[in-house]
Amino acid sequence: MPIVLIIAEQQPDGHLRKATFNAIGAGKQLADKAGGELHVALVGKDPGKVADELKGYGAKAVHVGAAPELEHYLAETYAPALATLAQELKADYVGMASTAQGKDLMPRLAARLRAAMATDVMAFNGGGADVTFSRPMWAGNVFAEVKLTTPVKVFTLRATEFTAAQGGQGAAEVKTFTPKVEASKTKFVDFKEVKSARPELTEARVVVSGGRGTKGDFKEIEALADELGAAVGASRAVCDAGWVPNDLQVGQTGKVVAPALYIAAGISGAIQHLAGMKSSKTIVAINKDPEAPIFQVADYGIVADLFKVLPELRAELGKLK
Amino acid sequence: MKILVTAKRVEDPESKIKVKPDGSGIVQEGLKYKINPFDEIGVEEGLRLVAKHQGEVVVVSIGGKEVQEQLRHALAMGAHRAVWVNHTGPLDQLGIAGLLQKVVEKEKPDMVILGKQSIDDDQNQVGQYLAEFLGWGQATFASKVESLESEQEKNKVPALVVGADGKTVRVVREVDNGLATLECQLPAIVTTDLRLNQPRYASLPGIMKAKSKPIEELTPAKLGVDVTPAIQVLKMSAPPARKAGIKVADVPALVEKLHNEAKVV
Ligand SMILES: Cc1cc2nc3c(=O)[nH]c(=O)nc-3n(C[C@@H](O)[C@H](O)[C@H](O)COP(=O)(O)OP(=O)(O)OC[C@H]3O[C@@H](n4cnc5c(N)ncnc54)[C@H](O)[C@@H]3O)c2cc1C
Ligand SMILES: Cc1cc2nc3c(=O)[nH]c(=O)nc-3n(C[C@H](O)[C@H](O)[C@H](O)COP(=O)(O)OP(=O)(O)OC[C@H]3O[C@@H](n4cnc5c(N)ncnc54)[C@H](O)[C@@H]3O)c2cc1C
Repeated sequence: MPIVLIIAEQQPDGHLRKATFNAIGAGKQLADKAGGELHVALVGKDPGKVADELKGYGAKAVHVGAAPELEHYLAETYAPALATLAQELKADYVGMASTAQGKDLMPRLAARLRAAMATDVMAFNGGGADVTFSRPMWAGNVFAEVKLTTPVKVFTLRATEFTAAQGGQGAAEVKTFTPKVEASKTKFVDFKEVKSARPELTEARVVVSGGRGTKGDFKEIEALADELGAAVGASRAVCDAGWVPNDLQVGQTGKVVAPALYIAAGISGAIQHLAGMKSSKTIVAINKDPEAPIFQVADYGIVADLFKVLPELRAELGKLK
Repeated sequence: MKILVTAKRVEDPESKIKVKPDGSGIVQEGLKYKINPFDEIGVEEGLRLVAKHQGEVVVVSIGGKEVQEQLRHALAMGAHRAVWVNHTGPLDQLGIAGLLQKVVEKEKPDMVILGKQSIDDDQNQVGQYLAEFLGWGQATFASKVESLESEQEKNKVPALVVGADGKTVRVVREVDNGLATLECQLPAIVTTDLRLNQPRYASLPGIMKAKSKPIEELTPAKLGVDVTPAIQVLKMSAPPARKAGIKVADVPALVEKLHNEAKVV
């Protein structure tokens, strides 16, 4: 029976990253299509505490590997730890959410398993031994249907395309295993977290994004975000200029978001930006230029100065309460 | 220091990409090609490192004879010499990383700099495969604390910090919710992110000089690598188009729509 192994991810604060549950949801879909069984893995210094949280999501088993050397995530130590588990389980499919960690780790793990890999998978098609993967290319201008022909198939998952697994689906067996520990040629030095009281960009129901049109003044963007309980996003131009932290970049080479509402202010709508937000349910564009390409994907557009529109919008929204 | 930098030929990011009606690929007519932007950042970083620590930048590309254009571009920026692995036809990550592994074993660089992703296939894999094949440390998504408007950037200070003993490199990485710093023993694999640097333009003398810089030709057969791909692209299609919406006259009209029609506020 085909075995699908999904790797869970802990944030630096120890909590499970929400995208893990989207990945588990995807893993369940894949297991159903392939006629197989879903397993989940979690490794770290002391992952046992959160492993229990993974029990009720439809997996046959949750595999937990603890080792002091796995305190800080490093591709070099996590890949061997997970590769031995995948080999012991004879996993046919190994996947993880397309987070920064997923993108760093999975190709290294795939190389170790001599597996071909598909990045940012959006859907599985076909069935049985012939499951194929749908993934974006050229900044989402092309959807490709790809087949991996190696015995083990590795992938990362675009979390916005899969609904999160729901809890309460029986209790998976929690099994511990001893991860293979290899000396690493890389040392973790530090992690400087960008702390924010706002929701995480990829998880927020509403995102308010600013572009070069803000000229670096994000006060009104942030005020509107706070009015809406929204996350703040940005275009590449804004991150390059150092106006906001890099990890707020939405797009082909940044974060992919699909909130219920995406508000783009002073963003022209370059294809690379659209690649990261086109799947949002409702898109609002605020731009001075009536010809800006962002209007081609916006459900509602306003041709006006963002510095006038944003405060007014905030005041109008306040009236709804 | 010897730095090996990879350079992939990709469609110009400004080009309009359209899928062929039969789904077998993209329409090639009218497309312009460039060096993958992340690889250009890699070349720039390599040049800054050797400006500081001495050494040479060797640039490598895999593809048909057309990839010599991208090699010449890197040479015009200032890279010292080039390696061209002549191969036409599809390749996957296992194949590309396999070929690069052989080139690395031949060249013995202190560092290999690759792009974090190609802007055509968007896979974000080759550097990590290569690191595992070589058994080297990896630092993906290399960036820096200073912005691209900073003094450091203006002065072309390398963002990758080589240790005083020349045995390690410190890399600041763009990850979720912040910046992570790693220290890798050299030799190591680094993949570039957008904020690592702003690549220089090739100067006219640079372009002239590049014409006489050597390009060594290799083939998968010479390197002894089987590059039969294990990824098959079965079909390509255009993504579902998003309907253009409407323009609203003012903010109250917008809020009315968001509240009553879209029901998102
Ligand atoms: C029309 C079309 C059909 C294709 N069909 C197939 C197919 O049938 N089978 C198949 O396996 N693949 C196929 N491919 C994809 C294949 O050619 C990819 O380029 C390859 O898999 C590498 O992936 P990537 O470029 O996304 O790597 P990434 O991991 O995104 O690239 C990261 C970095 O690796 C380096 N790099 C990647 N490629 C090269 C290169 N050629 N030379 C130098 N450096 C490089 C660059 O530094 C780049 O920045 C097809 C591609 C196209 C456009
Ligand atoms: C390899 C590569 C990767 C990339 N990856 C990404 C990515 O992931 N994400 C991304 O966003 N970009 C990415 N880009 C960059 C992308 O091509 C664009 O350059 C970028 O998105 C432009 O940002 P912008 O819309 O903020 O700026 P601009 O294109 O300069 O647009 C500014 C807009 O603001 C409007 N404006 C100005 N003043 C006002 C005002 N007062 N009120 C209202 N409107 C105003 C203008 O009319 C204009 O439309 C990438 C590019 C490359 C080459």
